[in-house]
Order: sequence, then C-alpha cells, then structure tokens
Amino acid sequence: METLLGIDYPTWWFLVVGALFSGYAILDGFDFGAGAWHMFFRKNTSRETALKAIDPTWHGNEVWLVIGGGTLFAGFPVFYGTLFSAMYTPFILFLLFIIFRGISIKFRNMEDMLWWRRLWDWSYSISSIMLAFLLGVVLGNILNGMPLDQNYEYVGRGFFEFLNPFSILVGVTSLALFMMHGAIYLLLKTEGKLFDRIQGFLKKGMAFFIIAYIITTGYGFLYLDHLLVVFEENKVLFIVPLLVFLSIANVPRLASKKKYGWAFIFTSITISLLLVIVAFELYPRLLMSNPSIENSITIYNAAASIKTLKIMMGFVAIGGPLVLLYSYFVYRTFWGKVKHNQTGY
Amino acid sequence: MDVEILSRIQFAFTVAFHYIYPPLSIGIGLIMVVFESMYLRTKLKEYEVLAKFWTKIFAITFGIGVVTGIVMEFEFGTNWATYSRYVGDIFGSALAAEGIFAFALESSALGVLLFGWNRVKPWVHLVATWAVFLGSMFSAVWIVVANSWQQTPAGYHIVGEGMQARAEIVDFWAMVFNPSSVDRLTHVWLGAFLAGTFLILSVHAYYILKGRFVFLSKKAFKITLIVAAVASLAQLFTGHSSAEGVAVNQPAKLAAMEGHFEKSAPADLYLLGWVNKENKEVSGLKVPGGLSFMLHQDFETPVTGLDAFPKEDQPPQVNAVFQFYHLMVAIGMFLIALSLFALWQWKRGKLFQKKWLLWTFVFTALLPQLANQFGWFAAEMGRQPWVVYGLLRTSDALSKSVQANQVLFSLILFFVVYFVLFLLFIYLMNKKIKSGPDSDINFDDGSLNKEIAEVVTK
Repeated sequence: METLLGIDYPTWWFLVVGALFSGYAILDGFDFGAGAWHMFFRKNTSRETALKAIDPTWHGNEVWLVIGGGTLFAGFPVFYGTLFSAMYTPFILFLLFIIFRGISIKFRNMEDMLWWRRLWDWSYSISSIMLAFLLGVVLGNILNGMPLDQNYEYVGRGFFEFLNPFSILVGVTSLALFMMHGAIYLLLKTEGKLFDRIQGFLKKGMAFFIIAYIITTGYGFLYLDHLLVVFEENKVLFIVPLLVFLSIANVPRLASKKKYGWAFIFTSITISLLLVIVAFELYPRLLMSNPSIENSITIYNAAASIKTLKIMMGFVAIGGPLVLLYSYFVYRTFWGKVKHNQTGY
Repeated sequence: MDVEILSRIQFAFTVAFHYIYPPLSIGIGLIMVVFESMYLRTKLKEYEVLAKFWTKIFAITFGIGVVTGIVMEFEFGTNWATYSRYVGDIFGSALAAEGIFAFALESSALGVLLFGWNRVKPWVHLVATWAVFLGSMFSAVWIVVANSWQQTPAGYHIVGEGMQARAEIVDFWAMVFNPSSVDRLTHVWLGAFLAGTFLILSVHAYYILKGRFVFLSKKAFKITLIVAAVASLAQLFTGHSSAEGVAVNQPAKLAAMEGHFEKSAPADLYLLGWVNKENKEVSGLKVPGGLSFMLHQDFETPVTGLDAFPKEDQPPQVNAVFQFYHLMVAIGMFLIALSLFALWQWKRGKLFQKKWLLWTFVFTALLPQLANQFGWFAAEMGRQPWVVYGLLRTSDALSKSVQANQVLFSLILFFVVYFVLFLLFIYLMNKKIKSGPDSDINFDDGSLNKEIAEVVTK
C-alpha cells in the first residue's frame, strides 16, 4: 500500500479525523460545559455574561463538527453509513439538540419577557447537557463494539440498544469533562462576583469528573477486555494513560493556584489524550463487530480510494491552516473578559 | 408506511425546510456587502444604518440555515447508509470541501460581523462581511457540485459489486465540473439573489407605504431593484442553459418536465397544462413544436420522450415534475416583468407613486422562495427513480438497519421542531421588521442636515 512518510493513507486519514474530532471536543466542549452550568446561575445578568462569553465564537467551533463529519463521510464512507444508521436514535436526538442549542443562543435576547428568557435558558442548558452526554454515548458504543453482518451492516435492533451501561458511563464522563473544561473557560471570560461563583462550580466539576472517570475506567477494565489488548502487547504505550493521569492531576493543582489559563490548556490536553487512548484502543479498527469479529470495520475496509484520500489530504493541508487562521483572528478579536454593558448586534 | 417512504418524506421535508434559509442568507449577504461597501466609500450614515439593519435579519436566517444544514449532512448517514457508502468518495469529498473551504470561513467571520462593529476597524469589519458572503457563495459551490454529480455523474468508476459496489474518483476536476455543475450553480446563485433581494424590496416597499423610514427605504429600494432586475434577467439565461443540459444529460427528466411521451417526435412547449400519465396526454395551452424549437431552433426536430425509457426508469411523478417546473418558470417570468416595469417607472420618476406596485413588491417576497422550492422539487423528482442518475436507485440507497418506527419517530420530531422553528422565524422577522432600522438620526426629518441631503440627492 502506498505510504506518505512511511505511514499508509488510511492511517493518515485516521489521524486527521481523530485530530478534527479532538479539536471539536476541545472547542465545542467548553461551549457545552458552559451551557451545562447555565441554570446554576441565578441572576439574569450572570446568564447574559455567560452567554456572551461564547456567543461570538460558538459558530466557529461548530464548524469542526461539520468538517469532522465531512471528512469521516469522505474518508471512511463504510464506517459513516454503518455508525450513523446503527446509532440512528442518538444521532437524531443529537441533531435536534444542536438545533435547540443554536436557536436558544440566537433567540434568547431578542425578547425581554421573563418567560421567554427562562424558556431559552432551559432549552440552551438542557441541549448542552444532552449534546455532551450523547457524544459520550456514541463513543461508548464505538468502544463497546456492536453486532455487524458481512456487509458491515448493523444487525442489532431496537430503539434503546444504544443505552448500555458502558455507553451511559462514557456519556456521563464526557459531560463531567466538558463541565470542568467549560467552567475554566468561563473563568477566563468573567470577573467579580460571577467569577467567584464559578470558582466554586469548578471545584464541583473537577470532583464530578474525577469520580466519573474512575468509575468508567474501572468498568472498562472489568468488562471490556478487548480495549486493553493493545496496552498489554506494547507495554511502552502505558505512557499514554500515565500522561492522562498527570494531565488530569495538573488541573486541580493549577486551579488552586488560580492559573486558569494553564488549567484550560491542561483540560484541553486531557481531552486530546483521552482520545489518543481511544485511538490506540481501536486502531486499526473503527468499529468492532461483536460477536462476529471478522465483520469488524477497519480503516482499510472502510476507507475511500487512495486517490480520494490523497485529494482530501490536499484539502486539509490547504484548508487546515486557513481554518486555524480564522479561529486565531476571531478569538483575538474577542479576547479578554466580557463586559456586561457591551452590546452585540 | 415503510422505511423507504418515511425516509423519503423526512429527507424531502428537512431539505425543503432548510432551503428556505441559505438562499436568503446569500441574497441578503450580497446586499449587506453592497450597503457596507457604500458606507465605507461615501461615509454616508444611511448606508451604515441599512447595513446594520439587514445584518440583524441576516443573523436570523443564517442561524436557522446552519442548524438545519447540519441535519442534512448527518441524515445521509442515518437514513441513507447504502448511498453514503456508495458515493462517500465523491459526495463526501464535496461535503468535506464545503466544510473546510466555505463553512469555516463564513462561520468564523460571522462572529466579527455580528459582534465586531465596535471591536475592529471599519475596513476589517467590511472584510468580515465579505468573508461571510463569499463563504456562503462557496458553500453553494460544493453543495451544488455534490448534487450535480448525482444528476450527471462524471469523473468516476465503479468498484466492487452488489452491496459492496462503490463509486470512486478517477478525475477530480471532471467530477467537480460534471456536465451540469456550472449551469446549476449559476442558477442556484441567482435564485438565492432573487430570494434575498425580493425580501429586501418587500420590506422597504412596506416601509414606504406606511410612511416609515421613507428616505432610507427609497435608497435601499433603488439599489436593490437594480440587483434584482439584473438577477432576474440573468436567471432566464442560466435556466435556458440548464434545460439544454437536461435535454442532453437527463432526457427522461426533460420529457417529464414537458410531459412529452412519444419516443421520438417533435415536442410541444406548454405554457400551462395537466399531465394524464395513463393516457399519455397533456391538456393545456401549448406552442406546437415549441420545445423542439427551444432546444434545436427548429419546430420539427424530434425530442426523446418518456416512452423511450423502460417503465422502471421513468420518473414516477410526471405531472408533479411538470407542474413544479412550469410554476418555477412562470414565477421567473413574472419577476422579470415586475422588475423591468419598476425600472421603467423609476425612469419616469413614478416608482414610489404607484401604491399597487409597492404592494405587489410587498407580496412578491414569497415568489422567489416558491420558485426555488419548485425548481428543486422538479430537479429531484425528475431524477427519480434514481438517487444517482443511471447508477443507484433511491429505493436501494436506504439504511438497511433502520426500522420504520425509528424513522416515524424522527419524522414526527422534525415536524414538530421545524414547525416551532418556522413560527419563531416568522415571529422574529416580523418583530425586527416592525421595529425597523436603528438610528439616532431621523433621516425623514425635514430639518435634516442640508449638506447630507444635497449629497444624497446628487
């Protein structure tokens, strides 16, 4: 198989898609986290400030979902078709919550009525919580594996099969992770009394995440042996979980020193590293067929043609830096604390 | 109902709903760029006020367009998994390119457009407005390329058989510039300009009639009218060019559009009519040999009819395709007539004196929207029974693992949510339009700074 720098194209594409979804989790992750905390703010002004913290940038963050979806569709069409049809219900719910999250932010401040604002506050917060949870649920199902036939079609049935113990645990853990991450982002954008309150939230968020993470990892150790194989075979890879441990431990340490900028970097690194672990656990599989393992979807049987992957590599090489440049420019424009009296549009 | 019909309804419903918004965003975006550019050139306050006002409206249409658009991207995977596997190389590439090269640009710049008025220099803000507009134009490029490939596949080969068959790219640029891409892209762009400009004309005509923001509205109306007139005329050419392309590349669709059944005979052109598929007859008002003339500049040249195709390859809904196509064309003609008439009245200095004309503009905002919908319904229903013309049938493209009750569940959810969304859209548009442009200067005030007034009237 053709390679680039000694790595074959499907593997490159695996890395590209992984990097994009990792970027999406980091960026929209703090939006979801901020949204999950939203109803914990009592005052209207606090809620407005919290919304203003993400308002100019969340659209740009959502782009990563669209690009991630497109690159997955183009690069691994077999996986795309199977995963989305197998996870029909959670994905449809995900889409509906994406709609509600977006319009809640847009519409909330267009009317002054109290009930109007309450309604959109709830809609925004519930959507954010459900989006974080559902992303984790889908990831949990991917790690779990699912029954596939020889055409890589899902053969499971039923509305609620996507809700199994492990996927629920992963869902709760990703919610907790994003809540920790989102609280830190809000700390970077707020000041005064609100800032003090969010410091309290962050403590709860860190505890929530660490507990959820320990339970989920423990459950994985006990019941999902297939995920551990790669680490047993290559002992050196244990460095990744070790790095995750250090990275997570660093967050409370930095938070106690009020170095929230650094803490944000380390929650971001934690998100990436957790996805690196997922990548090692899966590679070269994308979706394990369970029980008939020979029907598993791998990066090789799911990949588009090498020609397509090469073209797409070109897209990413040209477009990737552009996307980063736009993001840099927008974040620079809106850098710093939100001032409450600022008007939007 | 089975999975197939439910999935078809869901896709048609969600995509038709989605398509209310992006054309408005593109069309309003164009005029927004014009107003803001004029503001920077002339420094006249009224252009700034207009640019800001239409940016507010734009924010609503863009927001709904984005969230309903994400639904479309993922629906290919959820409901049309076989299709996704079959076309991932090609269709997926176009969607990915849309995300990377278009959507990223518009969505990032949107933050600056909406929230950056006081944060960046005016020219930087103008760059952001341009970026949002161009991003939405580029979005249309990749989406239309993807859809055009479904209509007129090119630059590919088929690998594998049965359930494992897939189309792979052989020649990327042949895929991008497939036979219908350019015609359909220009047609879509102009359709979007018409949707946006006629909404703007409608709102400002309404203000003039109500005696509010009259000075601003007259300015805005004239500028927008020029764009609308050019776009409606140009649409005639892209439409004609598209139809010629359909005649060559998708003869079964063209035959359905005109209700032409005979295998090979001179074809008529109907101004309006009704197709009876059983008797293979069309009753209505026609130009005998008109279609032959349109395509070959000769009333006698034979045109391939529906009978030339096996029953299973003919579009099943001939009358629907016929009606949608004819309604679209009729609206297009009306828009040309209306905008030219208005230009003529302008020249005579009577543009704003005819109330009925202004009222006509108020209601005409709906027509380009309808024409866009009808055009797409004609294009997509005319392509049936194929999802990829000549290669993959829609009925074979479904997700095999999804069950009817799941799709019924999601369809009901989409109906409910989109219904609410539509009500909100109407409510908020109405509110924004009622409250009108925001300005500390009353442009209609007689004591308005004379110098400004003089510059304006020049």
